[in-house]
Amino acid sequence: MSTRAPERTVADDDSSATVLRRRSLWYRIRKNWDAYVFLSVPLLLFAIFTLFALGFSFFLTFHQWSIIEPERPFVGLQNYRDMLDDTSFARAIVNTFYFTGVSVPLGMLFGLIVALLLNLPLRARGLLRTLYFLPFVTPFVVCAIIWKWLLNGDFGLINYYLLQLRVISDPLRFLSDRNLAMPSVIMMSVWASISFSMVIYLAALQSIPEELYEAARVDGASRWSQLLYITVPMLRPTTLFLLVIGIIGSFQVFTQIFVMTSGGPVERTTTVVYYIYLSAFKFYEFGYASTLAFGLFAMLLVFTVIQLQIYRKGDA
Amino acid sequence: MTTDAAPNPVVEAPRSDVMTRRRGRGRRTGSSAWAYLILVPGCLLFLAPLAWLVSASFQPIGEIFSYPPKWIPENPTLDGYKKFLGIGDFAVEGASGAWRWFLNSAIVAIAVTTLQLFFNSLAAYVFAKRDFPGRNAIFVLFLATMMIPGQVTLIPNYLVLKHMPLFGGNDILGQGGSGWLDSYYGLILPSAVSAFGIFLLRQYMLSIPDELLDAARIDGASEFKIYARIVMPLCGPALAANGIFIFMASWEDFFWPLIIVSSPELYTAPLGLALYVVANRTQWDILMAGSVLATIPMVLVFIFFQRRFVQGISLSGMKG
Repeated sequence: MSTRAPERTVADDDSSATVLRRRSLWYRIRKNWDAYVFLSVPLLLFAIFTLFALGFSFFLTFHQWSIIEPERPFVGLQNYRDMLDDTSFARAIVNTFYFTGVSVPLGMLFGLIVALLLNLPLRARGLLRTLYFLPFVTPFVVCAIIWKWLLNGDFGLINYYLLQLRVISDPLRFLSDRNLAMPSVIMMSVWASISFSMVIYLAALQSIPEELYEAARVDGASRWSQLLYITVPMLRPTTLFLLVIGIIGSFQVFTQIFVMTSGGPVERTTTVVYYIYLSAFKFYEFGYASTLAFGLFAMLLVFTVIQLQIYRKGDA
Repeated sequence: MTTDAAPNPVVEAPRSDVMTRRRGRGRRTGSSAWAYLILVPGCLLFLAPLAWLVSASFQPIGEIFSYPPKWIPENPTLDGYKKFLGIGDFAVEGASGAWRWFLNSAIVAIAVTTLQLFFNSLAAYVFAKRDFPGRNAIFVLFLATMMIPGQVTLIPNYLVLKHMPLFGGNDILGQGGSGWLDSYYGLILPSAVSAFGIFLLRQYMLSIPDELLDAARIDGASEFKIYARIVMPLCGPALAANGIFIFMASWEDFFWPLIIVSSPELYTAPLGLALYVVANRTQWDILMAGSVLATIPMVLVFIFFQRRFVQGISLSGMKG
């Protein structure tokens, strides 16, 4: 079966261009009927769970919609006004920025250091790479559970060793102290993200042409200046890539919050997605929660556009 | 939107084996030996949480709480595992059906992976290799939704599932029951197709020469045969990379099951563990054992598919 557009051999008495085009369009649709069949199920699922969902979500933002109440009145822009006045939501945004701003750069930095070291010609390098990769293949919920135990205020291992080293004199309540809860969650998240940035950096390091280093050595560049003037600039696209997807991922942080702190103490670790979860599935305010989700969407849009730009350019 | 651009080098690079590849830089272990001074202690510290998890899962509950902590179990025991799986006399309230969580996770992860690879590749083939009216418009529509965070469609999808007609006690108008909430359908179908996967496979399929497909057409092969016998075998690496990622993401997915599942016999492994830790603050031996069990499938996938695995994560990029 040919997939090319058919030759326009139709010679009608009314041979105006529009009729011809319409007829040939219909002809091409019939000719390619099997392409539409192939596309039908994916398109149907996509139409329900993405397109319809998107429109319905937007519809919900203009309604006071609770799953437990039969009345679902239209409220206009009230949900949006509530969102702007909601101090808990503002707090959640601040917490999310705090989380993202600290955890993303730290995870990338440690990942880069490990990747640089593991790119050196060493014995047992393959083994070390595999070991450094292990946290990535641990389910995220399990990572959060382990750290909840390690950070436990009464018998956690971290408290034990800090006491042994006489860094502290009393056990710290990592997850229930209002100033320590977020740093604790960040510590766990950095630990869990190092493996990923390490692998991505390692792949990028291996694609830097060896000739660049040889030329630099001939010119008498030290190892330090090779790192500074060859490696770091060559890794720029990778760094940008990791930064953008790191930010997008962190903005949606949820699992470790749910397992480790449940948003507490006093909302100190309530992030945007956790707050959306609470609004929708604890307070059943589906309309308001949808509005919050669009708020998150608006914040993420900036970074997503950058990401699409990276994919499109292909050189960044 | 130009999508025919060469795939991102960040994405392309890991085709080679990142984990074990050796460079022709000569084996100058001597001059770089100092790196071990950082790498080895760093590695021990880095892996200590996982080591503790494995060790604690073999300790009796009293030993887990002991001060100083014991890194090697003094009285190794399988009690945590037995209690978790409800074997023998150890059936514990709330944890006894835990083996079901793993079965559920396996069913969901395998079904999602199979369906998604099939539907993604079907759509990708049509977008890459067929020319029909509306193709570009539909493709751009798919692409444009890639930037929508899951939280936006979360609530409407919950409502759609709840009001699915004729399921879960619903009438033909979708009223009265719970629909596809709390069912395998609800866990699987919303993830049965992915715009990102379609995009990925389409980019890969663009490199397959058209002449190959035309030759098959001349020989009278049907379109489905061309898709199944020619295009799919040529997409092996891309399918494997995509499939591994889908499996892992589905296995450890937490948010979606948390929202739509309410009965314990439908818990997936991550959901069961997380709800257990929130509900039972003392049964750490059971929890440690369960955590180890939930990790094993992912480690196995990693060991068996190590090369493809690294491709998969660098292609897909996201986790957590």
